[in-house]
Amino acid sequence: MIVEDVLCPFCGCLCDDIKVEVEDDKIVGVKRACRLGSSKILGHERTKAPMVRVDGELVETTYEEAYDRTARILKGAKRPLLYGWCSTVCETHKKGILLAEEVGGVIDSTATVCHGPSIIGIEEKGLAGSTLGQIKNRADLIVFWGANPAEAHPRHTMRYSSNSSGMFTPEGRRGRKVIVVDVRETRTAKNADKFLLIRPGTDYEVISALRMIVADKGDLVPDYVAGVAKADLEEVAGIMKAAKFGALLFGLGMTHSRGRYKNVDNALSLVADLNGFTKFVVMAMRGHYNVAGFGQVSAWETGFPMSVDFSRGAPYFNPGETAACDLLARKEADAMMVVAADPASNFPRMTVEGMAEIPVIQIDPFPNPTTLLADVVIPSAVCGVEAEGTAYRMDGLSLRMKKVVDSPYPTDEEIIQNILDRVRRLGDDN
Amino acid sequence: MMISGRTLGQGATSEAKMSTEFFRATSFCALSELDYNALGVSEGGNVLVRTKFGEVVVSAKKDKGLPSGVIFIPMGPWANALVGPETGGCGTPQFKGVEAEVEETKMVVLDVRELFADLKAGAETS
Repeated sequence: MIVEDVLCPFCGCLCDDIKVEVEDDKIVGVKRACRLGSSKILGHERTKAPMVRVDGELVETTYEEAYDRTARILKGAKRPLLYGWCSTVCETHKKGILLAEEVGGVIDSTATVCHGPSIIGIEEKGLAGSTLGQIKNRADLIVFWGANPAEAHPRHTMRYSSNSSGMFTPEGRRGRKVIVVDVRETRTAKNADKFLLIRPGTDYEVISALRMIVADKGDLVPDYVAGVAKADLEEVAGIMKAAKFGALLFGLGMTHSRGRYKNVDNALSLVADLNGFTKFVVMAMRGHYNVAGFGQVSAWETGFPMSVDFSRGAPYFNPGETAACDLLARKEADAMMVVAADPASNFPRMTVEGMAEIPVIQIDPFPNPTTLLADVVIPSAVCGVEAEGTAYRMDGLSLRMKKVVDSPYPTDEEIIQNILDRVRRLGDDN
Repeated sequence: MMISGRTLGQGATSEAKMSTEFFRATSFCALSELDYNALGVSEGGNVLVRTKFGEVVVSAKKDKGLPSGVIFIPMGPWANALVGPETGGCGTPQFKGVEAEVEETKMVVLDVRELFADLKAGAETS
């Protein structure tokens, strides 16, 4: 049996045209997905059963025991951190936020090690946004800044941006100009009409120089900015101003480098400036398929997009203080629940050392380095393959993830609900 | 200057991090041809990368797209051994643009389990 129009639960592209071949409730083939998506849909080694750590070793247990232990850890902690949420659906986020409120903890998403600075930049400056459909159908200029979709979002260029064909862009790649700005010549850069090689950590300077040139104050710009010749900057500014519909798509090159949210702030200002001359939009190339969804749910439930602290009884947000990495590096968190993420791999080593010292609960379909540090491991169904739910594409479009096959594992949503029920019961007993 | 980031190989194995494919996809350091040759690394050889936050042994690879003075390590626990915890008030560590020193080494690359082996030992179990 072929299941049509399956949504891919990998990256923020959330491709919705995948064909999955199912035989005897098992996935045997995937069509149209990229290497990243097909690898996830076809499946990997799973965590087989719930586990708890006894005398330093993880031993199998029942779901009931794992839920009980999780509830006791969270209830007993003074500063529990509930982190992750990027590879699960919005229905799980909703329950997670309730749980964080119930235990007076901090809830944070993987955005804080990814596009968190973009969100802070957007809060400061505002965003001239669009959907991916508008970019596909209208954009005649695509600028990838510190983004390498050829490796991180492999179908982005074909479906939505530089190489896609749309209503007013029938010529596809031939009808468009593509500019890439990066610190190395990536695979994406090889597809560019114009590639600007900048030194790491100089995004802010280069953007500022472009803004000066766009504003006709180019005579104040020195001959070289961060190693880039002024003539090249003038050429890029010229192409930007001449575009009918430009789109600046930026990646972690901006948010992970010196300047972080200020780089994004400046890029948003450049786009605002360009809108004085032509139509220009800007978008963050969000990584995991539903990291954007957590931001949406958290914003409408708590008023803040991430790093929300409930210890005061009302939501409080101050990244740098209440973000996961900060809480761990300061050794402030005294318990951590990780849902659909792998901080042991993706946080700095010195931050991970803070994780190793406290009880860690992991809810995830797959074993990973976080499992090696976990005291309770609860395997779950894979959202978008074994469980349905809502996810938000990188442009903020909400889409319904399908369930393709049955799973012996409970969904993330069921797991969090079970833990929440037990935490509430523990509250009643006290 | 060390930068870390996503690659196809890292992404395709990111839900299978205990596999040898993930190890192969993320435990290397890409260097410009000039830097690679200057270090005198033998074919398939390893390098020791050191920053003020930590050090790690990874295998070395040439990458024509890299300018001299910039090294690239795919995102994962090897790259993160070199990244500092400071978040600049915005919650996000600086994963790109870390000053680093690279030297040729005969030491072996630790696998995922070995990298995390000492961490949980001695920690309190709940």
